[in-house]
Amino acid sequence: MATAPAPAVDVREVTVHYGEVLALDRASLRVEPGRVCGLIGMNGSGKSTLFKTIMGLVAPEHGTVAVDGGTSARARRAGAVAYVPQSEEVDWSFPLTVRDVVMMGRYGHLGLTRRPRRGDHEAVDAALERVGVAPLASRQIGRLSGGQRKRAFVARGIAQGARVLLLDEPFAGVDRDSEATMVRLLRELAAEGAGIVVSTHDLHALPELADEAALLMRRVLLHGPTAQVLRPENLAMAFGLGLDGRAER
Amino acid sequence: MSTLATTVLDLLLDPLAYDFMVRALLTTLIASVVCAVLSCWLVLIGWSLMGDAVAHAVLPGVVLAYVVGAPFALGAVVFGFLAVGLIGVVRDTSRVKEDAAIGIVFTTLFALGLVLISVTPSQTDLNHIIFGNLLGVSWPELTQVMVLGAVVLAVLVLKSRDFTLYAFDRTHAHAIGLRPRLLGAVLLGLLALTAVVALQAVGVVLVVAMLIIPGATAYLLTDRFGRMLVLAPVVSASCAVIGLYASYYLDTAPGGTVVLAQGAAFTVVYLASPRHGLLGTRWAARRRRLRRERAGA
Ligand SMILES: Nc1ncnc2c1ncn2[C@@H]1O[C@H](COP(=O)(O)OP(=O)(O)O)[C@@H](O)[C@H]1O
Ligand SMILES: [Mg+2]
Repeated sequence: MATAPAPAVDVREVTVHYGEVLALDRASLRVEPGRVCGLIGMNGSGKSTLFKTIMGLVAPEHGTVAVDGGTSARARRAGAVAYVPQSEEVDWSFPLTVRDVVMMGRYGHLGLTRRPRRGDHEAVDAALERVGVAPLASRQIGRLSGGQRKRAFVARGIAQGARVLLLDEPFAGVDRDSEATMVRLLRELAAEGAGIVVSTHDLHALPELADEAALLMRRVLLHGPTAQVLRPENLAMAFGLGLDGRAER
Repeated sequence: MSTLATTVLDLLLDPLAYDFMVRALLTTLIASVVCAVLSCWLVLIGWSLMGDAVAHAVLPGVVLAYVVGAPFALGAVVFGFLAVGLIGVVRDTSRVKEDAAIGIVFTTLFALGLVLISVTPSQTDLNHIIFGNLLGVSWPELTQVMVLGAVVLAVLVLKSRDFTLYAFDRTHAHAIGLRPRLLGAVLLGLLALTAVVALQAVGVVLVVAMLIIPGATAYLLTDRFGRMLVLAPVVSASCAVIGLYASYYLDTAPGGTVVLAQGAAFTVVYLASPRHGLLGTRWAARRRRLRRERAGA
């Protein structure tokens, strides 16, 4: 008797305020394992806040959040959730190598002092190899291109063994070639069963990347197959006039 | 040749004939190493101002601890956390920004410390807490410095990787089920304890120098955090020794001289560091330009 696997992410009717600012207004989003969901919205539409809510960094006033079939806290303790931050959130001059950063994916599995064992080194090597930055592993993390930086953070999630991947604006400041590499990588990870949510306000990568898309404007206005969501009349709802496929302007 | 060696040896050993100089040397060495190791995280997290604030804010705690006969460390930690808590409250519940909140809270607590000192009758001069009294450190005080220093270093070494993760990416720490807020609180507690260690050496006013300069200097020298953790204490301890000897022979204030030595070391590194120094980066830019011009020609 096969039961359907639990949703990777199941956000229901979530409301979040920052002081007076209403960031999320009964937003709901459900993403199954093995699927890539594009989260589309203008700057300030609540994309980052939705990720923070999924990770339990922001406590919703209303609504519920389930991750990987349990509470967000349980999923975090199990190492099930990986987050790839927006570029602006990272100190790129921090004195760590690419390998050091990817190793941080293993910390949840390590003991008191987080001293890595052989298996952890192997997991990190494999992850670096997988995303194609292995030759750059001993570089300082800031000495990578925009696309390589993003892939290094995805490698951290792979080394972690995460089943749910949240990527906040992974295509900002990334050239087309790197973008294509990233799309391929995420598709592979989804094919292996990861549930992936990618926020973006840049739409042209979405048809290839995402199985489904959700339009966010404090609420999830529309959630469905990517091609349908990307129809101009639907985008107009979220962007007002973003009919040329660009979110900005 | 051998006479030169003997002279140098004499210069180095002469001061150590005095018991108080031995204690002074041990105190500065321990304080400089502990501060330097902690400073590697402080400069990367961006807690320099916070370090200054906590170092000043512990003063009333230390004075009160003196009055009731409790360990200085206890008073320091209580007031360290009180300061951080008050800063958070002022920042979050008013329109005052964080830097102003820090400025208001730590100066007020520091002032409270000054007032408490002025009304506290004491045999030992509590003003020494403010400006340091390196040459007057007693054996019990030195013992306290050793114990606190060992505790702080042990925790820093044991949880080194967690603190680095906290400094680099708190969100990831949270995402993998660690408790970044707890890590931050532990780091603040260590900061308060370190302030007690350092104020024995250089006094409250100059503690912040010991908490920032070594880490910042090491940061200009390397792109590896592991190397920072070695370079910072080595530089800091060297400056402590040089500063203390200089103060002995020049008859200057020892705490001030030690910090001056650290400032000098930073200046040299700032100018000459091959990777991130002013001259190094200028030269690198020049070489690149020349190479481009040659390639273009
Ligand atoms: N820490 C915060 N404090 C106050 N307001 C915030 C904070 N973070 C986000 N906001 C506000 O919440 C709204 C949603 O922000 P965010 O989730 O970052 O949107 P997005 O990621 O789609 O650009 C915006 O109006 C933003 O200004
Ligand atoms: Mg955002």
